[in-house]
Order: sequence, then structure tokens, then C-alpha cells
Amino acid sequence: MLEFKNVSKKVGNSFHIKDVSLSMEKGSLNVLLGPTLSGKTSLMRLMAGLDRPASGEILMDGKNVVGMPVQKRNVAMVYQQFINYPAMTVYENIASPMRVAKVDAATIDRRVREAAELMKLGPYLDRTPLNLSGGQQQRTALARALVKDAELVLLDEPLANLDYKLREELRVELPKIFAATGAIFVYATTEPQEALLLGGQTATLHEGQITQFADTIDIYNRPIDLLTAQTFSDPPMNVITVEKKGKVLNADGARVAAPKQIADQADGTYKVGVRPHHATLSEPAGESLKIEGTVTTTEITGSETFIHMDIGSSQIVALMHGVFRVNIGDKLPVYLEQPKFFVFDAQERLIASPQMAGA
Amino acid sequence: MAKITLDGLAHSYYPNPKTDADFALKELNYEWDDGGAYALLGPSGCGKTTLLNIISGLLVPSKGNILFGSKNVTELQPEQRNIAQVFQFPVIYDTMTVRQNLEFPLVNRQVPKNEIDKRVAEMIQVLDLEDKADRKARGLTADEKQKISLGRGLVRYDVNAILFDEPLTVIDPHMKWQLRTKLKDLHRQLGHTMIYVTHDQTEALTFADKVVVMYEGDVVQIGTPEELFDEPAHTFVGYFIGSPGMNILSSEVKGKTARIGSHEIKLAHEYHALGETAEVGIRPEFVTLSGGKKGMPVSINSVEDIGRFKIVRASLEGQELNAVLPEGAPVPADPKVSFDMSRINIYENSHLVRKGA
Amino acid sequence: MDKTYNNKAWFLVLPVFVLVALSAIIPIMTVVNYSVQDTFGNNQFFWAGTEWFEDVLSSERFWNSLSRNLLFSFIILSIEIPLGIGIALCMPKKGPWVPVCLVMMALPLLIPWNVVGTIWQIFGRADIGLLGHTLEAIGVDYNYTSNIFDAWVTIIVMDVWHWTSLVVLLCYAGLVSIPDAYYQAARIDGASKLSVFRFIQLPKMRGVLIIAFLLRFMDSFMIYTEPFVLTGGGPGNSTTFMSIDLVKQAIGQFDLGPAAAMSLIYQLIIILICYVFFTVMSHTGSDKPEQGAGE
Repeated sequence: MLEFKNVSKKVGNSFHIKDVSLSMEKGSLNVLLGPTLSGKTSLMRLMAGLDRPASGEILMDGKNVVGMPVQKRNVAMVYQQFINYPAMTVYENIASPMRVAKVDAATIDRRVREAAELMKLGPYLDRTPLNLSGGQQQRTALARALVKDAELVLLDEPLANLDYKLREELRVELPKIFAATGAIFVYATTEPQEALLLGGQTATLHEGQITQFADTIDIYNRPIDLLTAQTFSDPPMNVITVEKKGKVLNADGARVAAPKQIADQADGTYKVGVRPHHATLSEPAGESLKIEGTVTTTEITGSETFIHMDIGSSQIVALMHGVFRVNIGDKLPVYLEQPKFFVFDAQERLIASPQMAGA
Repeated sequence: MAKITLDGLAHSYYPNPKTDADFALKELNYEWDDGGAYALLGPSGCGKTTLLNIISGLLVPSKGNILFGSKNVTELQPEQRNIAQVFQFPVIYDTMTVRQNLEFPLVNRQVPKNEIDKRVAEMIQVLDLEDKADRKARGLTADEKQKISLGRGLVRYDVNAILFDEPLTVIDPHMKWQLRTKLKDLHRQLGHTMIYVTHDQTEALTFADKVVVMYEGDVVQIGTPEELFDEPAHTFVGYFIGSPGMNILSSEVKGKTARIGSHEIKLAHEYHALGETAEVGIRPEFVTLSGGKKGMPVSINSVEDIGRFKIVRASLEGQELNAVLPEGAPVPADPKVSFDMSRINIYENSHLVRKGA
Repeated sequence: MDKTYNNKAWFLVLPVFVLVALSAIIPIMTVVNYSVQDTFGNNQFFWAGTEWFEDVLSSERFWNSLSRNLLFSFIILSIEIPLGIGIALCMPKKGPWVPVCLVMMALPLLIPWNVVGTIWQIFGRADIGLLGHTLEAIGVDYNYTSNIFDAWVTIIVMDVWHWTSLVVLLCYAGLVSIPDAYYQAARIDGASKLSVFRFIQLPKMRGVLIIAFLLRFMDSFMIYTEPFVLTGGGPGNSTTFMSIDLVKQAIGQFDLGPAAAMSLIYQLIIILICYVFFTVMSHTGSDKPEQGAGE
């Protein structure tokens, strides 16, 4: 088990990591989710022992490992860039950590072939990495991390530089492969979608602080505050400010019944978050908040279309299934589904989520 | 600005290509409309960069001609073609200010000073770079630099086309949304012909009116996003567009029925008997998973809950089949699948068999 | 940075410390020692304070050799840097000629200083040297041992021949690291060859040019072997540079005190000029030096 207790790291006067506490079990899959510069890589460097924290304790199986050099720890790391030994064959690249550990030749051979099999590198073992595609190079780096039998496997946006479809495939395979090794598995990403596909637990990071650490799907369903909700949403969660008065919510003249979970809350100003797929251009069956907006742009992912709208005070992103055509500049009503409201109080803490309504 | 004609274009990196496989780009005939937004989409090594280099003039094709308007430009150098290009990594002139960077292509073409000032001021405004206009370009962020590279093309009103070579590679994910929006916006405002090379389906489908899907040197389909989604002309397009991609199941097809293993599926259209390479294509969105008695039984391998829907990975008669379950819907204990008949496409030799054929 | 400490590393660095101490710190301290004392042999020393420094700084001989050095370095830099850039620009960037050109360029760098001096000494002689004989045959009165101008020209040509390659190789390394996209973009922008040089090649070579400039300055400012072999500092004192002067004082006249003082002043001048060069050059063309360093 790897534990962080109030760990901070400073560079100059600014905190790169601020007061982070978390614990990760053996065999668990942990995702670090946050935008660039939110501290994901800094946190990984602390886990690996490449950097020393300014304060706080880092415990591995209950033993303080602060100050223990990275060579003495059993850590494997894979980076966004494809890092392999350019002069060695794929076989030797994968074998290298075991050669350092002086494993006997027969075992090396067996494990290299096993790892190559899992990573679909069988036919390329005799080539050098420079003669491989990006995906194959990254598989080589992953295979090397795999054979190391590390207690802690750190993957820093390993799929970011790969082709879109390859990323999709590897994302499905990776958790299965590493789950079998029983290591603590840490995966950094900027994409909420990737975190959800990987599952496991997620720590959302914002400016060097962990805003929430829980099961991935739980954070998605019950983000602790607005900041976490926004970190865990791509495109960003729609946020509108509403005025609660009795049983009604008022938003710039538009009105909707207040969700029943907040019926007892005091009147006043609240923030409502709605995910893009609960903002729709066709009137939904249930209660909804109808707002007039102007289409500013549309984005088509293939199976879905995101429609960005300007509603005057802010921006709304709506999601429609399939390829959906609207013209830029069109004035259309957008419906925010009331049963799917996330409601945040003045301190931006979550006070109501769709799940609470359903339960 | 001008229409772009690709006339019997093909390219091989070998001096004497013999077989089809020697060609990095196989023969292509097409016309691109003036002012259109096109995307070349495909995995790495599919020939999209080769095609882009032929259009920009960095490569002379082995066969065929390329025309801008009615002018044959096949042998012309990039600088003689009057095009602009935005590269994967931002190319800016470090020692110049943002304004000087934008003025540069105009100054080189001896545009009168007052005209330059007017256009550059406009461009700085369009790109939202007002507050940085007189800063040295080297200190800017990657997305700002990329805007400058783009601006240097846009500032020339008369360019034949603006080419983009995976321009968002080095941009942060949350900035990608904004830049993509900006690009689309600029295309609408200024109406240049734009050609965008990418391996990312979202970028291609969002940006382009027409998407050219390439696979192993061949153009497998040119179509609107709707066409690529609804009726992929090739199983590769079905797989590449959409996530997860289209399910492709080998089957026997005859008349109005398709047979997958021991199951029979009714089809919306009549097909003549197809050979052994017949396949049924159905998108995961149109596969319904239910617990009732109707449908074909499947075994579930894994379920990925990604919030707004669940991806169910299952097998049907030993063939892989993905289905999409809407948010909140439970995974049935004794799962059966059925297909939306009107959304089934039939393939032979990986190519779409037109309905009623 | 608060890295994890690894004590083994200190052991690995230790030999370097010992070497540096032996090769640099101890000799420098010896020189400092000599510069503030007087001795009449027998290891007897007397405190002399700043006397030697005052002597050196007030002697005409010192200022003469210093100005010769400055003039020489100025000429060398103003020939070798532009010439080096020019040759680097002309060299092929791809193809079978690249290794050939590189080897040709590297050849002069492989020849030791005294050999270069000797080569040119013979080369320039009117009786047996190819250059001297040819010049004489076409009617040019050329004699580097008696004519001051000829002596300077010979030393400068010799240094240019010997060291321009270094500038070329450094600039070439800078040039080949410029991605193709930059040239393509410039062509598309309709840039002239001159603009490409001014706005792409020169800015991208800035880093290597600073290094080339500093190396060539330091080397030319410390020139010793070549003029020593070629002219021995003559005719008269016309090619007596500071280093030659220093050796004459220290070994010829055995005036260790003034020689030590002079060598310290010499060293300070080099450090000072290098510092000024470096600061000025690394700040020009960048409004944000702290970011420029990362690029």
C-alpha cells in the first residue's frame, strides 16, 4: 500500500503539490485526472522517488520512503513520449530491466515472450524501436514496465501521442494486463472520458491539490464540489446561476420547479450544473429549464454532436445523438433536464445530484 | 481562391512502381469546390500526408495532374502556388513581434503599406491577439503561436487554399475545443478553401463539410459526416468513425435475410445472394440489449460505464459485438440482442453493397 | 531543487574535485602567491603588496601588447564568424557529400598549433615555400620576418585557415537542427533568401553563435604558439602578444612577480570580456531571457 500524508512540494515560492493525502491499495487502478500543469506529473515524480517532498510523509507498506533513491524502489514508469533504447532490439529493450536485476536467461526469455505476446509485439522482437510505428514503440515501453514486476507502475499520459483508434484499443487492454500483475497502478490523464473507460479510482487534481479521491464512477455521479465537477467534464459542465424562491428556480427570466432534493433549502442564489448530454434541443419528457440561445459552433465526434450555444450570461453545450445539423447563428431553445441537475451552494459544495433524486 | 481538381493523381516513392502496393497514394480523381472545408482522415501511413504534400507542391506526383481553377500547377513550387500551410508544430518567426509575423507574407509580396496595416489590424482582432500584438512571438503559448501561423495564411485574401497538417497536435485538450471553434468560425467568416489533415475523427467531422477517409493509400469514402456515420462505404470507415466503431459480423446474405451462425436477421432491403465475404455492419448505437425472450442470446465479456452511456462488449456466436446502453439502463441478466433493421449495412469484400442491389 | 539525495553520487564526483584542485586551484594559488611577493631565490620571499600590479599597469610594454591582442581578436572575429556562417550555409544538408564536407572541415582542427606554425613558416618562405616563392614570382614583395604588415597578414591568414572550421561546424550543427517546416513556411510566405537568413537561420543559430564567438575570442586572445613559431614575436615587438610577453618575462627574464601579476590581470580581462559578450549576446533579440533559455 502506498500512502501520502499531507505531502507538499514547492518550487521557489509556488506549490506544485499542496497538502496531498491519499492511499492506494495493492492491485488497484488509480487515475490522476486534471488539466495540464495541475500537478499530475509532479505527484508521479514524488511517488517514484525522483523528487523529495518539501513536507509530509510518503509510506510504502507502512515504511517511510522519503529520501529513498529511485534505484532502490521497485517502480516502473512510462511516459507520454516513446522512450526506448534506440540501439537495442525490441527484445533487448523489454529484457533490459531483468538484465539489470540479473535474472537468469531462461526466465528472461520466457517473460519477454509472454509480455510481447500480451502487447502484440511478437513479430517485431528483432527490430529496433526506430523501425516501429508510434503505437508499437509505446507497446515496447509498456512491455518493459510490465516485465519489471514493479510494486508501483506509473503511466504518465501513455496514450496521448498515439493515433485516436489505437488509443481506444490500448485503453481497453491496459487495465486488464496490469491488473494481473497485482501492482499499484497509477495512470495520469487529462481526459475525463479516459478515466471513465479505465474505471478504478480517480483523484481529481486542481492546481496541485486533490479535490476528490473516490471510485471513478462515484466522482462522476457525485462530484464533491463545482471545481471537481468541472475537472471531470469534457466538454465543460454547463453552469448557470439560479435564484431559488419557494418552489421555483429563476434563471435570467426562465423558470423551472426546484428539484425536490433542495425543496428544504433556504431561498437564495445557487449554481446549477448540467452535463452536456442533459442539455438538449428537443423538449424532453420531464421537467426542464428552457433557455433561448444562439448557436456559436457545432462539433461532430461521429456518434454524437456537441452544440455550443451563447445564452447571453454564459455558454451552454448541448449534446445530440448522431450527426445533428444546425446552422451557426440560429436562435434556438435549449432544454436543461431538471431531474439531472447538480445543485451547488454559495460555497460551491454539492448539495444535490441526480443520483440523490433517483435513490 | 479556386476550385481544386485532382486528375488521375497517384504517387509512389519508388522510381518504377509495379504493383499496387508500391503506391503510397492510389489513383484519385476528384474536384474540390472553391471555399469548401475538407478533411483528409485516416490512420498514420494511409497516404494523407502524401496527398497534402502534392497539393502544397512539396511533392511532384508520379502520375496525374493537379489543377487550381483551370491552371495546371502540378510542376509548380510551393511559393508559386499561392497557398498557405499550418504545420503540426507552430512555425513562427521568433525575433519578430506578433504584428510583424502577420505582416511578413504581405511585405514580401509588396502589398502597399496602408493595405497591410488595415489587414493585419483586422487579423489581430479576428484572432483575439490584440493585447499581445506588439509582444515578441517567442514568449507566447503553443496555441497562440499556432494562431499566428494560421493568421499568416489568412491575412492573404487571395490564397488558393489553406492546408492544415494536424495543427492541434501540440495543443492542450481544453484549448483544442476553442481553437477548433475558432477555425470553423474563420472559415465561415473568410470563406477560404481549407484542407485539414488529421487522424482524429472529431477534428475531421467537426471541421469539414466533406471528409475524405483514406486507408492504405486508397480513398475509401468521400462524404459528409452523416454519410460516413450512416452508410460507411467500407468496413474500415465503419470501424474508424464512431467510438466504439461499427460492429462487423460475417454472415450469409440472401434476399431479405442475413444469417449469422444459427440466427436469422430480417433486412429492410432485398439483396442478391452474396459470396463468402458478406458481412453485416451495425453500429453499437443501434444494437438493443434486452432481457426478454426475443432476440439473439449473447455472452457479455465486459461493461464499461462511461457516465452518459455504458459500452457492453459481448460475443454473438463467437463474433465480437459491442452495444451501447443508455445512461441508467441496467445490464440484463440473460441478455439478448436485436438490431435496428433500417440501420443495417451489408458489405461484400469489405465494400458496401448498395441497397436493393 | 529538492531531489532525492543519493550519497553515492558524491563519491563519483570526488575524483573530479581532486583533479580540478591539482590542475587549476593549486597552480592559480601559486600564481597569486608570486604576484604579491618578491623573491631573490633560495625560497626566500618578501611581501610586495600591490607593487607588481602597479608596475605592470603603468608599463607601456603591457599596454602595447594588450592593444595588439585586442586588435588581433577583433580582426579574427570579424573574419571568422561571417566566413564560418557563410561556409556553413553553403554546405549540403543532405546527401553523400555531407560526410566528405564534414571531414574536410574537421581536418585543420586536427593539426597541433606548433605544426600549423611550422607549416606556414615554411609555406611562406621565399626560398623554399610555395606561397612565398609564388608571391615573389608575381612581383609581390613579401617577407613576414621583416615586414610588420606581412607578419600580421600571415598570422591572421594562418588563424583563419586553422580555426574557421570550428565556427563552420558549430553553425552547421545549428542549421541542420532547424525543422524543414520552417523553410517550407518561409517559401509559402514568399520570403527571400535574405529574409530566410535574417528571420529563421540567424535566430536559430544564436545559441551556437554565442559559443563560437566565445571560443574564438578566448582562443585568439590567448594566441601563443603560432606567432612564437612563425615570427618569435617580431619583427621588433610587432607580433609580441600578451602571452608571448608573459613567457619572455617569466622564463626569459625570470621576473616571476610581475609575470604573475600580469597573468592574473590577463585572466581577469578574458573573464570580463567573455562575461560582457555573453550577457550582451544572450539578451539581444529576446525580450524575456528567462524563457529564451528554455527554447
